[in-house]
Amino acid sequence: MTVPYLIGAFILVSSLFLNRNKKLSYFLVAVFLIMQWIFTVYEYQHKNIEEFGYFVPNAIGLLLLITISIISIPAFYHSFIYFTKHNDSDKSRSIYLAAMVLLIAALSLAYLSNHIGLMWVFVELTTFSASALIYHRRNLRSLEGTWKYIFVCSISITFVFIGILFLSIAVQEVGHANLTYTALLSKATELNTFWLRLAFIFIFTGYTAKLSLVPMFTAGIDAKDKAPSPAGALLSSVLLNIGFLGIFRFYEIIAQTSLLLWTNHIILIASVSSIFIATVYMVKVKNIKRMFAYSSMEHMGIVMLGIVAGGVGYYAAILHLIFHSFVKAGLFFQMGQIYRIFGSKSIYDVGNYFKYNITGAMVVLLAFISATAMPPSGMFISEFMVFRSLFESHYIIVLIFVLMLLTIIIWAFGKNMFKLLFSPPVNFVEENIEKIKPIESLSQFILFGLVIYLGINPPQEMIDLINEAVKNLPL
Amino acid sequence: MTNVLLITYLMSLIYLSIANRLMSYVQILAFQGLLLFASSFIELAEMNPINLTFVLLETIVFKTIAVPLFLRYTIKQNNFSREAEPYLPNFVSLIIVTSIIVITFLLSNMIEDIKLNKVYFVTALSSLFVGLYIIGSRKKIITHVMGFLIIENGVFILSLAVGNEMPMLVNSGILLDLFISVLLLGVFLNKIGDVLKDVDVNQLRNLKD
Repeated sequence: MTVPYLIGAFILVSSLFLNRNKKLSYFLVAVFLIMQWIFTVYEYQHKNIEEFGYFVPNAIGLLLLITISIISIPAFYHSFIYFTKHNDSDKSRSIYLAAMVLLIAALSLAYLSNHIGLMWVFVELTTFSASALIYHRRNLRSLEGTWKYIFVCSISITFVFIGILFLSIAVQEVGHANLTYTALLSKATELNTFWLRLAFIFIFTGYTAKLSLVPMFTAGIDAKDKAPSPAGALLSSVLLNIGFLGIFRFYEIIAQTSLLLWTNHIILIASVSSIFIATVYMVKVKNIKRMFAYSSMEHMGIVMLGIVAGGVGYYAAILHLIFHSFVKAGLFFQMGQIYRIFGSKSIYDVGNYFKYNITGAMVVLLAFISATAMPPSGMFISEFMVFRSLFESHYIIVLIFVLMLLTIIIWAFGKNMFKLLFSPPVNFVEENIEKIKPIESLSQFILFGLVIYLGINPPQEMIDLINEAVKNLPL
Repeated sequence: MTNVLLITYLMSLIYLSIANRLMSYVQILAFQGLLLFASSFIELAEMNPINLTFVLLETIVFKTIAVPLFLRYTIKQNNFSREAEPYLPNFVSLIIVTSIIVITFLLSNMIEDIKLNKVYFVTALSSLFVGLYIIGSRKKIITHVMGFLIIENGVFILSLAVGNEMPMLVNSGILLDLFISVLLLGVFLNKIGDVLKDVDVNQLRNLKD
């Protein structure tokens, strides 16, 4: 059903883009959400059946597809709230909604792509739609963020393409012209390691722009900061997942060859330095939204560490990725409310949140517990499993170093969050603050509750899917 | 014959490192477009005619004519100063670009591959790294765009090397080129050019921690 979905999504995107009527826009979005869910359920029931030669709904793709379908509902709901509070022109609203639908559709299809080139095309589409979302506010700063995002993502997407070219040289040498992941996986052992090595370096560097990892992390941080909160939630959760998937799919191929150890070292260096840089900035940063973005970077570092460590780490990495998507999306949705009360993202201008919005403050507190991976959050379980796998695979020094950095991160995160929650803000006029309806926080509670529930009591289907997703990796 | 063309291309990269004016950058880009046109004409002769026309149109119409004219128009329109404003002196640039080329030569010697033409590999990789160097060492945002176009030329050369057997890759490379160039240049001309006159990266340094 991928091609009908693709056609349907493009029709919806173009009609959203052309239509200026508010009610009709929301109706079209509702149609898209229904279509997204029908698509998800259909693909889940047709697992591992190839469609149109280029799409295979395999386990990891399905997991991420279900994640994006869950997050897309609150994302549109909070966009709706965003538009009722801001007086955007009809044109900019149309562009925003069209870009968001395009982003979700491109990501969903990229998750299911079985062809390395096709996935790359959809990733390019996400760059395009994400930049329209970042530029939504149309001011100088968002222009800067958009420019940097487009530029860095263009360079990295070119890097991925160069990687694909090197890979195609290796594939041609064994007398093939098929670049689907299934074919590559079956031919992996025959491929020339020199080209494979070059291909991995380029593809890894390219996808780190989406994954928010060293070396290409910079643009993503600005993007998440400048985009409106509901869009930031998507950029900071499901968009990271596509970067992970791009690397993970190629890692599966590499894992069959003798390059596995070398690859692990590269990923290890990238992820530990990401966690290190995230720590440095989390201590220093004064903008809450950017702090959340750096926290994403730290979690992606942990996910990649799980992949490096192997064993139970593979399972934990994917679990952590999914939980992180829910938690970070909830955190960004909440950020929209904080901004509406204080009119600022700076830590100096906010405070006493418990007094102004008690439901929202509960969300922030819960989000802090979830995002720093404390029990009962499900992220505690996945993070603990990553550390166990690091211990078991004898990366003791790395483990100690990362644990120290994480302690600093929890301190920095907590310092800012408790400032936001309890200490009174300076020079803040209390009179005209907006009363925020508790119902607007419901989606965040559901997302965090989902993480807790899935952590404590994961359904058997999810366990099976994750185990199936990592079955190609060596133990 | 293609070897001569590709070596000329490498020489144009060295010239780029010491060029001072923005207009010479534009001229070099147009010249590189011509070189790419000639080498793809020779190299891809066995390709089917429709694909070949597409490739040739891309190199001649897009890379040689449209993009340079567009850059020229942008420079004139916004009254950019004529200097490229590098951070480093030209002499240092020359040394760096030369050493990039030498290193890629040495790297290509490691390849034990008979099928691949090494000159393509060297030209493509040097073009990639020189493009990155230009982006890193020049002040103006328009020179960043030009550095990116040089990277794209490198990608095009690399896709020529695998082109005859996988025309799909050449075509998708071209589409990437068109798509990103339009996106970058579109944003550049429409937005940044309107908001900021004589754009310099220092004006885009507000987002930081």
